[in-house]
Amino acid sequence: METFVQQILNGLVLGSMYALVALGYTMVYGVLNLINFAHGDVLMIGAMVGLSILKLLDSTFPGLPDGVQLAIAIVGAIPVAMLVNVLIERVAYRRLRNAPRLAPLITAIGVSILLQTFAMMIWGRSPLPFPQLLSSEPILVGGAVISQTQVLLLVLAALAMLALVFLVEKTRMGRAMRAVAENPRVAGLMGVDSNRVIVATFAIGAALAAVAGVMWGANYASIQFAMGTVPGMKAFSAAVLGGIGNIYGAMIGGIVLGIIESLGAGYIGDLTGGFLGSHYQDIFAFVVLILVLTVRPSGIMGERVADRA
Amino acid sequence: MALITFDTAHKPRQAYANMALLLAVMLAFPFVAAQFGNSWVRILDMALLYIMLALGLNIVVGFAGLLDLGYIAFFAVGAYLTGLLASPQFAALLESLINYHPEVSDTVVRLFGEEVRTNGIHLSVWAIVPLAGLTAALFGALLGAPTLKLRGDYLAIVTLGFGEIIRIFMNNLNDPINFTNGPQGINLIDPIRIFGVSLAGEAGSRATVFVGGFGMPSVNAYYFLFLALCIVTIFMTGRLQHSRLGRAWVAIREDEIAAKAMGINTRNVKLLAFSMGASFGGVAGAMFAAFQGFVSPESFSLTESISVLAMVVLGGIGHIPGVVLGGVLLAALPEVLRHVVEPAQQALFGKVLIEAEVLRQLLYGLAMVLIMLNRPAGLWPSPVKEDRPVAATDMEEKEEGAPA
Repeated sequence: METFVQQILNGLVLGSMYALVALGYTMVYGVLNLINFAHGDVLMIGAMVGLSILKLLDSTFPGLPDGVQLAIAIVGAIPVAMLVNVLIERVAYRRLRNAPRLAPLITAIGVSILLQTFAMMIWGRSPLPFPQLLSSEPILVGGAVISQTQVLLLVLAALAMLALVFLVEKTRMGRAMRAVAENPRVAGLMGVDSNRVIVATFAIGAALAAVAGVMWGANYASIQFAMGTVPGMKAFSAAVLGGIGNIYGAMIGGIVLGIIESLGAGYIGDLTGGFLGSHYQDIFAFVVLILVLTVRPSGIMGERVADRA
Repeated sequence: MALITFDTAHKPRQAYANMALLLAVMLAFPFVAAQFGNSWVRILDMALLYIMLALGLNIVVGFAGLLDLGYIAFFAVGAYLTGLLASPQFAALLESLINYHPEVSDTVVRLFGEEVRTNGIHLSVWAIVPLAGLTAALFGALLGAPTLKLRGDYLAIVTLGFGEIIRIFMNNLNDPINFTNGPQGINLIDPIRIFGVSLAGEAGSRATVFVGGFGMPSVNAYYFLFLALCIVTIFMTGRLQHSRLGRAWVAIREDEIAAKAMGINTRNVKLLAFSMGASFGGVAGAMFAAFQGFVSPESFSLTESISVLAMVVLGGIGHIPGVVLGGVLLAALPEVLRHVVEPAQQALFGKVLIEAEVLRQLLYGLAMVLIMLNRPAGLWPSPVKEDRPVAATDMEEKEEGAPA
């Protein structure tokens, strides 16, 4: 029972990070019908910039409280990630908006490689230690433990998602986004500037990814130029699981996938009689992805079909 | 590129003359290159393997329009199969199996004789190549089956996930039953023997291969083998492209629903694309394992899948000579960079500012983005009259201005 609670907690933490990244995928997919393959690398950029800010703070204001440092790192990483993602859209995707589907997809892969290469040039190729800022004193929840960083992560993810829901449901920009997602042509006829909406979508997605990136670093204590690929793929799986194009779906999908993954890692050994161990954790996301796409391509919340090319 | 034509249908004389000339150059190359050291021939060996891979991937991506980002998995399947069946690794597998399923290992021992327990199985290349091709084709169909409904980006991400799954298994299938020897990889893989002649050279011959009375370095021997395999691959994919099946692939690529309406069994045809493309990858993998004598999961990362895709994209999606060009350019590029750019930086700045490896990544990424933005059909696209991917025709329509 304790393992169960522990794995659910781990799953929530993992899942809320996936959810933050999945939102970026799903929003871009909603307005452009495009998978931004480089989105995982935006998470990496966020983490790297966050780390650089922390190092800078450490050398200039050594006495700053740790929580404040982390807050500044997150706030500082957001605009950089936004800028990067908006630039990607401008340089690599905008010209290909009406091209056949294979073209933007391959460009996106190219952009992903480029981002990793730039990160390699700036921050080097070896893993960098991410400082543990919050107290490592664990909090006990019904026999299971959760670290303070993880609690903060859950709170931040919840806040970011609430802010996003507010933005999409209550503001003019949100209405414009929903309109473009529904039908870009008609939205344009109604006076919505679709380019502005698309740029805003990329920016918001990047902001969420940056938050996830810094918290990823804080949680796992080590970051690297290639760290974005796997979370990116898993977040995409989460978006598909929830129903791609649907922001609530992305949140639910992220959390569900996180829980599936950590429960799977916890119990796979028992299930397969010791043949497969917990280091197979990473396959769950892909198995879920393939299952969802074959059984229910519209995901938990969505109505869209997977059969678009 | 108009000077070099391989268009046998329209300019047969020029095309065959070009082919003969190219073949002569290719055959003479190792003897010239060997003067500058074996490393250059070695580079060419690897380039030829990558060309085989790129040609295989071209069937899936270029002909059938199915973006496969897990292609390197088939390369891995071929390589690991060879590792398992042509090295002492099989003995390790039996040893770990004996505690779990003694009956299985007993059967194997009864089949192959007692020395399997200590020595493993040592299959010859003639058995391994078809086995590797078939096994990879089976994996190709396995990947294809659940993804039949998907196209475009969904397919891409699922295949990417499939590649990752294979890699995770390669990394972890050493415990409790030792198939892959985990992250350490499989060592001591037998070199290829053709009619009793080992292409790695006999022991004590300083890696010189003697055919008749004539000796040549081991890398040259492998070069000729890989060249022959490449030519076979080019021939086969070329014939496939213009077969009924090839037409069906193009039809699916251009408009799946229309293809279905015309009576094409899209499910079978797509599965065939996956497994035929995969089989070339499997054979290339088997060759790679025998050539290196060693396989480990590191050689089969996502980056490698993307490299092969970059070759196809850079050269010309769906156009065989273009894909070969892309393969040559991108496979030789890192080595050229290592031999030219690093010393140049050393001379100019007194230190290496950008490592060749980083530069290689940079160029791969840039190539993919710039090619897609500016020349979506690749550096050497198919002639207009042939079937081109939509990416190309789309641009032309814009230039010519489609009639209203």
